[in-house]
Amino acid sequence: MAFISTGYNPEKPMENRITDIGPRDYNEFYPPVIAKNKGKWSHHEILAPGVLVHVADSGDEVYTVRVGGARLMSTSLINEICEIADKHCDGYVRFTTRNNVEFMVDSKDKLEPLKNELSSRKFAGGSFKFPIGGTGAGITNIVHTQGWIHCHTPATDASGTVKAAMDVLFDDFQDMRLPAQLRVSMACCLNMCGAVHCSDIAILGYHRKPPMLDHEYLDKVCEIPLAVSACPTAAIKPAKIKLDSGKEVKSVDVKNERCMYCGNCYTMCPSMPLADTEGDGIVLMAGGKVSNRISDPKFSKVVVAFLPNEMPRWPSMTDAIQRMVEAYAKGANKYERLGDWAERIGWEKFFEVCELDFTHHLIDDFRQQAYMSWRQSTQFKF
Amino acid sequence: MAKHETPLLDQLESGPWPSFVSDLKFQAEKRAKNEEGIEFQMPVDVVEDLLGILELSFKHGRTHWKHGGIVGVFGYGGGVIGRYCDQPKNFPGVEAFHTMRVNQPAGKYYKTDYLKQLCDLWDFRGSGITNMHGSTGDIILLGTTTKQLEEIFWTLTHDMNQDLGGSGSNLRTPSDCLGQSRCEYACYDTNALVYFLTNEYQDELHRPAFPYKFKFKLDGCPNCCVASIARSDMSFIGTWKDDIRIDQDAVNKYVENDPAYPANAGAYKGSKDWGPFDLEKEVLGLCPTKCMKFQNKKLFIDNANCTRCMHCINVMPRALKIGKETGCSILCGAKAPILDGAQMGSLLVPFIEVNPDNDYEAITEVIENIWDWWMEEGKNRERLGELIMRQGFQKLLEVTGIDPMPQHVAYPRTNPYIFWKEDEVPGGWERDVDEYRKHHQR
Repeated sequence: MAFISTGYNPEKPMENRITDIGPRDYNEFYPPVIAKNKGKWSHHEILAPGVLVHVADSGDEVYTVRVGGARLMSTSLINEICEIADKHCDGYVRFTTRNNVEFMVDSKDKLEPLKNELSSRKFAGGSFKFPIGGTGAGITNIVHTQGWIHCHTPATDASGTVKAAMDVLFDDFQDMRLPAQLRVSMACCLNMCGAVHCSDIAILGYHRKPPMLDHEYLDKVCEIPLAVSACPTAAIKPAKIKLDSGKEVKSVDVKNERCMYCGNCYTMCPSMPLADTEGDGIVLMAGGKVSNRISDPKFSKVVVAFLPNEMPRWPSMTDAIQRMVEAYAKGANKYERLGDWAERIGWEKFFEVCELDFTHHLIDDFRQQAYMSWRQSTQFKF
Repeated sequence: MAKHETPLLDQLESGPWPSFVSDLKFQAEKRAKNEEGIEFQMPVDVVEDLLGILELSFKHGRTHWKHGGIVGVFGYGGGVIGRYCDQPKNFPGVEAFHTMRVNQPAGKYYKTDYLKQLCDLWDFRGSGITNMHGSTGDIILLGTTTKQLEEIFWTLTHDMNQDLGGSGSNLRTPSDCLGQSRCEYACYDTNALVYFLTNEYQDELHRPAFPYKFKFKLDGCPNCCVASIARSDMSFIGTWKDDIRIDQDAVNKYVENDPAYPANAGAYKGSKDWGPFDLEKEVLGLCPTKCMKFQNKKLFIDNANCTRCMHCINVMPRALKIGKETGCSILCGAKAPILDGAQMGSLLVPFIEVNPDNDYEAITEVIENIWDWWMEEGKNRERLGELIMRQGFQKLLEVTGIDPMPQHVAYPRTNPYIFWKEDEVPGGWERDVDEYRKHHQR
């Protein structure tokens, strides 16, 4: 594995350096039918789950086949996407904000061969490579974070929980039977590098134990002031610690009851790990949305305080999600998002129909806004 | 024969949803065969070791990645995330496994020659594993070593005319919905504006000078497909000021349940039968302001009382169109819950023109006023939303020179504890107590 240089000279880093050029110009990447009709689209229609047509004022049509996929993707799979796009779509393809892939063709007769090609491709293990769906009043792809594949602070895996959840929700990816769209999102720790706090259903990884302190090494590998200032709740202070050997070392002290398990200290200081097999697991939230349609955007609410990490398929988590989806499918009115439904029937009924336990963890006690969520009324249901 | 046994991960190969495990395994085999004769700059078994260490995490219920410290390309403070594993002896292929963020094109449209070029680069100098795409919007190249970073950056900039995205305390890679490129609801050209802002603020994107991260997200309409209202420090959401355009003939096609006019553009063509479309119940009855009526086969909208929620347009896209006087609203301060709780974007500018002909000067003025304030007053790791909470929405209005209006609030304050400014009270605060005492005995 000999190192090969393409042109960079470490002795002269500024030589022929190109910087600050930004992304590629999107105009280079528009399919011709898109470039021609941009800003002049008349309407669209979902022809079947995962298949859309957009009609331009000019009469031009673009047919889109949307397929789901894991956002964790190899170059082999991207090359396969390119091969299909070259064969059917003149070498154009796009991705959606929810990790779906969209193949576009400019006439209806090109649709069936494309659909057949996409549905026929499977991985060696038997799963679909390019399942068609993810439109309308159904469940589309889950947006998510890195998890155990690449992050240092996750409390659960992302790709694994998403695969497990999408397998049980798969019928709804390819159907449109729900009262409205249902967005599922996943973040593997409370920092939410993929924000999930406004999703119909959110899967959130959560730690429940404060960091361990590797006193012997802490001052050697960490800048103590950085670790102290990294804490959002000011739970960390500098401390002098006597080791078993009798040696006194500089370290830190953590006020455990102030810790919210975010792992920011661990980011600054590797001697403060917090991952824990029993401590870590899943929080489920529900009822959020970002659309302004009918009702205002709203935050998701915590509906399950903790579920253990059950690798590889997280059955307690997928069961709870399925119960919510089925209760919603059964009880909500047409166009009613999950959160609007829960508010209409009342959250007390939500827990009943979803068969979820209500525990003290679900009553907000975090800072001033907690009060806003308590019931200041005699109107409630038994 | 796989390098590591992965009995737990193997169970994620079954089921219908695309299996990342199957994909990784295929990639591992492909690298091992190396039929194309690539001179891999990462160990040939990097993907096997990635599977191995992931299996170990599935076994332990704990991650095996350490934070990577500071790695990057010369002159940039973002775009690269350092990463090392904590079991380098057992998984040497992923000992160093850094991430590079590549600034995605607006609307996430691609030509395959570009993607293939990127794949070739990543097979050669990286693990061949990506995220399409990361949460912020970038293409994520997952897994390379420190020495490769400058070389990858060289090829990206010299051969692909492509720059990195943002990370750390800087402007994060702005992202958008596909906008007018393929959506009739889009009230402005999100692709053009996101491209302009990304290029205009390259310095802010690459060189961390902010108190913390700062995100722009651009939604073409109030449906908010990129969740800008929940996820971005400044959210640009398309809207319009004039009337919803009505095609009365098309309205009646919906009323008559003409199959070419399915409700909600066909979003309900699933296995559940919701019965025939009912305009009164499904549109008029659900309108949040009840500003519509249907009489003598004619739909009336009291546009002055419409809040542009998009419901009626979503339900009848062939009959109802957004207005013609379009622009965007700007909302500020959205963020995920950490630390003081989640914040939704708060409306700052109800309507602003989106005008490429003057380089969007109305918009950049608001942006730069906000940045000046935040960079001056923001504490370390304080998001814009938190600064607004700490110093007050009034301060945000003051620094942006925007007049207060009822649109800024859901409802007026419920306490009278108003911090009057001295110049707002006639005579100011300096008073003569002796003069007062002439009329008020001690």
